[in-house]
Amino acid sequence: MAETTISTVKPEGNLVQRGLKEGLFAGAISLGLFVLFVGLKTDQNMQNELILVPRWGLLAIFVIVAAVGRFLSIVFLQPWLAARKAAKAEEVKAVTEEEGFFRKHFNKIAIAALVLYPPIVLSLVGVQGSLKFVDNFGIQILIYVMLAWGLNIVVGLAGLLDLGYVAFYAVGAYSYALLSMHFGLSFWVLLPVAGILAALWGVILGFPVLRLRGDYLAIVTLAFGEIIRLVLINWTEVTKGTFGISGIQKATLFGIKFDASPEGFARMFGLPMSSAYYKIFLFYLILALCLLTAYVTIRLRRMPIGRAWEALREDEIACRSLGINTVTTKLTAFATGAMFGGFAGSFFAARQGFVSPESFVFLESAVILAIVVLGGMGSLVGIAVAAVVMVGGTELLREMQFLKMIFGPDFTPELYRMLIFGLAMVIVMIFKPRGFVGSREPTAFLKERRAISGSFTKEGHG
Amino acid sequence: MEYFIQQLLNGLTLGSIYGLVAIGYTMVYGIIGMINFAHGDIFMLGGFAAMIVFLILTSLFAGIPVALALLIMLIVAMLMTGLWNWTIERVAYRPLRGSFRLAPLITAIGMSIALSNFIQVTQGPRNKPIPPLVSSVYEIGAISLSLKQIIIIVLTVVLLSIFWYIVNRTPLGRAQRATQQDRKMAALLGIDVDRTISITFIMGAALAAVAGTMYLMYYGVVSFNDGFVPGVKAFTAAVLGGIGSLPGAVLGGILIGLIESLWSAYFTIDYKDVATFGILAFALIFKPTGILGRPEVEKV
Repeated sequence: MAETTISTVKPEGNLVQRGLKEGLFAGAISLGLFVLFVGLKTDQNMQNELILVPRWGLLAIFVIVAAVGRFLSIVFLQPWLAARKAAKAEEVKAVTEEEGFFRKHFNKIAIAALVLYPPIVLSLVGVQGSLKFVDNFGIQILIYVMLAWGLNIVVGLAGLLDLGYVAFYAVGAYSYALLSMHFGLSFWVLLPVAGILAALWGVILGFPVLRLRGDYLAIVTLAFGEIIRLVLINWTEVTKGTFGISGIQKATLFGIKFDASPEGFARMFGLPMSSAYYKIFLFYLILALCLLTAYVTIRLRRMPIGRAWEALREDEIACRSLGINTVTTKLTAFATGAMFGGFAGSFFAARQGFVSPESFVFLESAVILAIVVLGGMGSLVGIAVAAVVMVGGTELLREMQFLKMIFGPDFTPELYRMLIFGLAMVIVMIFKPRGFVGSREPTAFLKERRAISGSFTKEGHG
Repeated sequence: MEYFIQQLLNGLTLGSIYGLVAIGYTMVYGIIGMINFAHGDIFMLGGFAAMIVFLILTSLFAGIPVALALLIMLIVAMLMTGLWNWTIERVAYRPLRGSFRLAPLITAIGMSIALSNFIQVTQGPRNKPIPPLVSSVYEIGAISLSLKQIIIIVLTVVLLSIFWYIVNRTPLGRAQRATQQDRKMAALLGIDVDRTISITFIMGAALAAVAGTMYLMYYGVVSFNDGFVPGVKAFTAAVLGGIGSLPGAVLGGILIGLIESLWSAYFTIDYKDVATFGILAFALIFKPTGILGRPEVEKV
């Protein structure tokens, strides 16, 4: 920070000089970083031995991009940012109380848009074309929204860092898969059952870790997540191990099945057979589940238990001194968060028709946690925005077939999906460490409701 | 009895590798209080660097002695991962220092995802097998001790002694310990805190690179997602030993290695990781700050 303010005062020539120096330095560093991994590629030959294939051209591109990028950033970007910041600081900002119409009614508009999304897509691209949009972009994103909102209760409200949230997702998915397979129960019976079972696991796993704080809690929750996944892999008599359980019953709409039978949805309404109707039904189902999660979260925040969660996040010692039972407070947070994970899990199983331990790896927990933090912990809108950006963005990458024309036919954008996801996590955090939505609305206030900056809320110690 | 000693040796070897990685976790945690999730992938990068250097050496100098090749692999891998970890700290962690606690954790997870996918994209998703480097095996009674194991254990002991010396007897180590205790006060007393933290990252990465090279030598194969499982286990080791404590990290690593090999030997191999994580959870319930960790004093 200090460097940039000095550089704006210094004459232009000096800046270019510094830019050149830093650019060369960045080039040298990136040469060192990439010389082995980009400059050389290891391939297997016919004898299955590793051979090296040089790629010096690609290495040169990497180095040049790093050097030129650093130079441009020093000479143009940083002075410009500093100037903008200075201009912003000088400008006396009138405190505007009046928000725009869009901002004021953002939630209502967003919900209306989501409800209207499937019919609009249907009318625009037809029944078969809508599959991709409703399934990949709609359902996929909403599942992550729901999971992130569920985890938000644990991390954002109660301030307990949980790195194994995907375990409850797995519990929900497997309880639906196994119970529907063995007892033939329907989705609507098993949805609450899956939620209850997941909540029970939340309590079981939460109980031993109550004494742990901060990073110890993080590693133990991570360990529990891994234990559940490993048990799912190894307990083959029940879970069929890595093969997973397939042929899971689909969800029904008031007893109407979505299949080709005469009582099926398509025949009943005289529509052509298509799996798009089931997807649209699932879209509304997960939308309803998401809204339920949001509603429960908003209501709970105003109830004593929700306030206790947030108080626990702000200051655990003060909480204890005021007579709040921290044990039950933490356990209810774990259980409530886990319950929504369980709902999402059983929905996931009904949507895929197939569950395997592969879907419940640590990476999923990390992605969900990343969405919660990137969105701004505790802010429902921010989390939804983060889910749309991160999940929708990576899904979008699958669709970018036109990139093949630029980079040649061997280019597969899917490969770069997680690479870009990881880098995006880093970049967003650096520029917005408090998440996309920087303001919070406390539920307790003195005279009038006001949004405060996210920096005023604490993140909890354990 | 022989079988038990054999398993003990195997566990010790594995534990040495975990211990070396765990030191990187525990040092970074001690000095800036963050879980460096990307450390497991730094370990994997070390293995990859060693593998590529090995291929360069065998294609350029066909009859190179194994000891020399190993030495060059080790040095290049250490330099390479040191540079990587330095860059990562500079780019992804330093701007967030002093920000809230979860921000660097998220960037570290992001870096971990990015690193393993970077290797997958640039080097391909397949396993990379190399021919066995060291294959001598010594038979002592019914116990077989391979040269690989001896190298790993001896190298670990030597590195730990050097490391112990640096941390406890040099000005650099004093600066590190001071920064660990109180960053602001250390800065006021003239310690270049940023530089100390950078050096800590480089040292941790170098140890991880040694572990990565040893892993490559021991198993003869490396793949882009090899960072995660050993990384998590090394982190488990660091926590079990008491995070922030250097002897704790080594002790934790050896314990985890022993648990793993003894469990696979006497019970079922399927559940060895479950046993590791289960014992971690169990140990932390009774000793919430790890075996050698100092309890966190809360000031009101």
